[in-house]
Amino acid sequence: MSKNKEYLIKRGSSEYEVIIGLEVHAQVLSKSKLFSDSPTNFGAEPNTQVSLVDAAFPGMLPVINEFCIKQAVKTGIGLNAVINKKSIFDRKNYFYADLPQGYQISQYKDPIVGEGSILLDLPDGEKNVGIERLHLEQDAGKSIHDIDPQNTLVDLNRSGVALMEIVSKPDLRSPEEVNLYIKKLRSIMRYLGTCDGNMQEGSLRADVNVSIRKTGDKKLGTRCEIKNVNSIKFMQMAIEYEANRQADILEEGGSIDQETRLFDTKKNETRSMRSKEDAHDYRYFPDPDLLPLELTEDFISKIKKEIPELPDEKKKRFVDKFKLTPYEANILVSDIETSKYFENVIKNSDVKLATNWITGELFALLNDRNLEMSESPISSKNLSTLINLIKDGTISGKIAKTVFEIMANESKDPKSIIDEKGLKQQSDPKEIEKIVDAVIKENPKNVELFKSGKDKLFGFFVGQVMKKTDGKANPKLVNDILKKKLN
Amino acid sequence: MSDIINLTLSALIDKIKKKELSSQEITNAYIARAEKSKDLNTYITTDFENAIEKAKKFDEKGNFDCKLPGVPLAVKDLFCTNNLKTTAGSKILSNFIPSYESTVTQYLWDEGAILLGKLNCDEFAMGSSNETSFFGNVESPVGKKVVPGGSSGGSASALAAKLTPATIGTDTGGSIRQPASFTGTVGLKPTYGSCSRYGIVAFASSLDQAGPMTQDVSDAALMLDVISKYDTKDSTSVNFKRGDYFKSLSSNIKGKKIGIPKEYRVDGMPKEIESLWQDGITLLKKLGAKIIDISLPHTKYALPAYYIVAPAEASSNLARYDGVKYGYRSEGENLISMYENTRSEGFGDEVKRRIMIGTYVLSSGYYDAYYLKAQKIRRLIKNDFDEVYKSVDAILTPSTPSSAFKIGDKTDDPVSMYLNDIFTVPVNLSGLPAISIPAGKDKNNYPLGLQIIGKAFEEQNLLDISYSMEKELNFKNNLQDWWIK
Amino acid sequence: MSIDLKTIKHIAKLSRISIDDKKAKELEKDLNSIFEFIEALNKVDTKKVDPLTSIAETSLKLRGDEVKTKNIREQILKNSPDENKDFFVVPKVVE
Ligand SMILES: [Mg+2]
Ligand SMILES: [Zn+2]
Repeated sequence: MSKNKEYLIKRGSSEYEVIIGLEVHAQVLSKSKLFSDSPTNFGAEPNTQVSLVDAAFPGMLPVINEFCIKQAVKTGIGLNAVINKKSIFDRKNYFYADLPQGYQISQYKDPIVGEGSILLDLPDGEKNVGIERLHLEQDAGKSIHDIDPQNTLVDLNRSGVALMEIVSKPDLRSPEEVNLYIKKLRSIMRYLGTCDGNMQEGSLRADVNVSIRKTGDKKLGTRCEIKNVNSIKFMQMAIEYEANRQADILEEGGSIDQETRLFDTKKNETRSMRSKEDAHDYRYFPDPDLLPLELTEDFISKIKKEIPELPDEKKKRFVDKFKLTPYEANILVSDIETSKYFENVIKNSDVKLATNWITGELFALLNDRNLEMSESPISSKNLSTLINLIKDGTISGKIAKTVFEIMANESKDPKSIIDEKGLKQQSDPKEIEKIVDAVIKENPKNVELFKSGKDKLFGFFVGQVMKKTDGKANPKLVNDILKKKLN
Repeated sequence: MSDIINLTLSALIDKIKKKELSSQEITNAYIARAEKSKDLNTYITTDFENAIEKAKKFDEKGNFDCKLPGVPLAVKDLFCTNNLKTTAGSKILSNFIPSYESTVTQYLWDEGAILLGKLNCDEFAMGSSNETSFFGNVESPVGKKVVPGGSSGGSASALAAKLTPATIGTDTGGSIRQPASFTGTVGLKPTYGSCSRYGIVAFASSLDQAGPMTQDVSDAALMLDVISKYDTKDSTSVNFKRGDYFKSLSSNIKGKKIGIPKEYRVDGMPKEIESLWQDGITLLKKLGAKIIDISLPHTKYALPAYYIVAPAEASSNLARYDGVKYGYRSEGENLISMYENTRSEGFGDEVKRRIMIGTYVLSSGYYDAYYLKAQKIRRLIKNDFDEVYKSVDAILTPSTPSSAFKIGDKTDDPVSMYLNDIFTVPVNLSGLPAISIPAGKDKNNYPLGLQIIGKAFEEQNLLDISYSMEKELNFKNNLQDWWIK
Repeated sequence: MSIDLKTIKHIAKLSRISIDDKKAKELEKDLNSIFEFIEALNKVDTKKVDPLTSIAETSLKLRGDEVKTKNIREQILKNSPDENKDFFVVPKVVE
């Protein structure tokens, strides 16, 4: 068992451990909604993606989307979780402007997916985080408070969109672990194609449950739930703030109220949502418009066959087969697009070089331009060609960087860039010998000094040769010939 | 003209097909009579102009091979009708115009029927006397100031008064059968899952079922042929093999085993109901059926269980009426007061009472004691039926524990009102089909009905038994048209 | 067991129905008489009974992932009490 770098809140002589559990709401990737046939497009004009069912017109009834069920089961398998053959849809009753039915169809006692786990790679080892459950439910609409000064406006475009609520066990212990957990969960779902994980568009949000306890205590403290946080950074900030707030209260001899809180991103603090507290009785009961969902073994095993290689397996394979370090493998598998790119590059070229070029130059480029791997200006095919040109000595590593830069701007293939710009490496020993001779001839003084023991001057000669060849001379040959001539 | 309104649905269809009557003649006859019958208050919304227009079109180029060729029909105002106001008898929907059509009404129009208008009903189908409607009481043609029963009271009254040749209602706890019994008409509640609930304003989803209300049993079979179809828009719709009910009707019930449940002999049941039941038993024997005494031991718990299950579902189903998307809205200084004022003003007392009951039985701390308990009782009630159906084909009971009463007689005491449905409710809880047929009259000359309960999905059997009884009973309402102006 | 006024008011709040004191008293009377009648259920031993939630003798049917309803905003909004052609409108909500 590796011991993690501990995240502790210190108050005087006391040390508090922070206990975190997450309820992640992940939007299911599907064309139509969970119980209706309207579209799920993001960013559409208000109330244009709404069916009579989504707006809860009288007499409208829910009919479940089979694909959403498959997506949930798939995700469950990806989380190494138990798939429940029988699950039940319940109504969660409460009134809200953006909840047209006056209830949300969710799963309460019998979710579609039971216990599972997610493996995190911490700097000092691995950690398993337990998954409590995954259930399917409807998203609500959106209340807009800042368009009309007098009123709240309601857009039901999201109303009825399928969500997977993925509930972790209270196994997380620091904002950093939360960061890794969300990224890993997101990665798994993107591999599976069950959620795009786009946090800006709200495809992934989390309710964060935070409690603290003195180190060594066994009993969990009273927790607060911070609702609907939509970025990892905000989750981390909210946890940091909330843990410290709780520690202050306990230090002063107070006690924590179990409550729902909101993270105010402008003030960087959490505050109580008393409005949601009063009349907090959801009156769950099985939705009488729906029957229990029963999955056959056949249905589940068909989905199992569709599960692709997931990040953990892929990482293991990369380490075992390609001899990558776990660190390198991790970086390459964490995003499905990156792993696809990598695997395309190495189909025909050197693994080590590919690893270095992707995690080095390419990542830097994407980072610089704020691009996703899928938007890379350099195709995997072109990078593969570039790497092969380095490998066979057509160009040097240094020239390769120049070619790479041109590729990034013109998205041409490296061979034509090299031809056009005449960047091909000079690897003819006779040619290089001529240049070396010229350099020696032009610098008699330095030759003298070198021979008298000033070894450092060797670099000067290499530099002179490179200068004369615009950097195109094969460095190895230059080295060899210089050594021979100077000694 | 008076001949037309005295024809049964199947007789009308026959005459249309033979071109002895036109759709326009028939439609005009019913409209003319409706205009003179406004005192019964059966209609909430009429659509007569459109009906005449459609009748004209039908006569010009209608399809005479349809099941309901050019037949004008009025329906309960719980079915959403495209472009025609649908209120569910409530103020909260008093201005609601759907942009869609319920599945079952669509089936009617697909078979050539023409909509006359929307019939009064108890608010959200909650009531047994049509006295909870926002649009006022309905009078029964069987007697002045007499209730037609409920919740399909407007439908029953309109049918008995011959303002529509047939109609459809909905039955959650007896809302088709009890008013049929009170008005001397036939009311059939099909097996749960037979008729789509899509587009019907929901009361209690696990109990609601649409069904025909007709002048006789063959008309009920004919209507059932039209409205009983599998529908993918309703997740509780059942895809079973439906019969050709009308064509297959048979009056031969020799050897059929009919159960008589002793638990339906309740305290204080009027003698005339008891003798009605006895006469029914005698008749069945005469028709060659075998009478078997049976026991449904949990019968007496059906009504209390129903008054947990139905309000619980209703409290949730009616949460959508919040003044935001459609219907009545009362202003409020904030969202919550807008909700509270809207719902307080928009719903009538009985609806509010049931929402409150439903909210209470689902609320934290009470769920197990009430809701879960009721679901368990529901299982026991269904088990009772499953058990007796091992030895009988159908069950005979009275439809109601009393005949129709006067308007206002039971409005002060909700429980006495609820007791009206004591014989009908177990059927809804078990999802079974049942029919009420007129079988006699009480001392006031008010009709009395007998209920036949069948096995799930065996509507044909139910129809055959009632068809054969009907022939012998030869019931006549003999109404005096006292309400006609 | 009886339902007191405080409970009546709590249920009304949960139900989003405003009631005055007079109405609350009426409801107290009605609900108590209804629940007195409902209490009959306590006589039945249901320890070993499975609750029956769905009477339809069928399994949940699944729909294909197809978009059929496109933009019907006009239909969706035409019955709404407030006149706004893009949104539903409710009194200002402060979170
Ligand atoms: Mg939550
Ligand atoms: Zn949720």
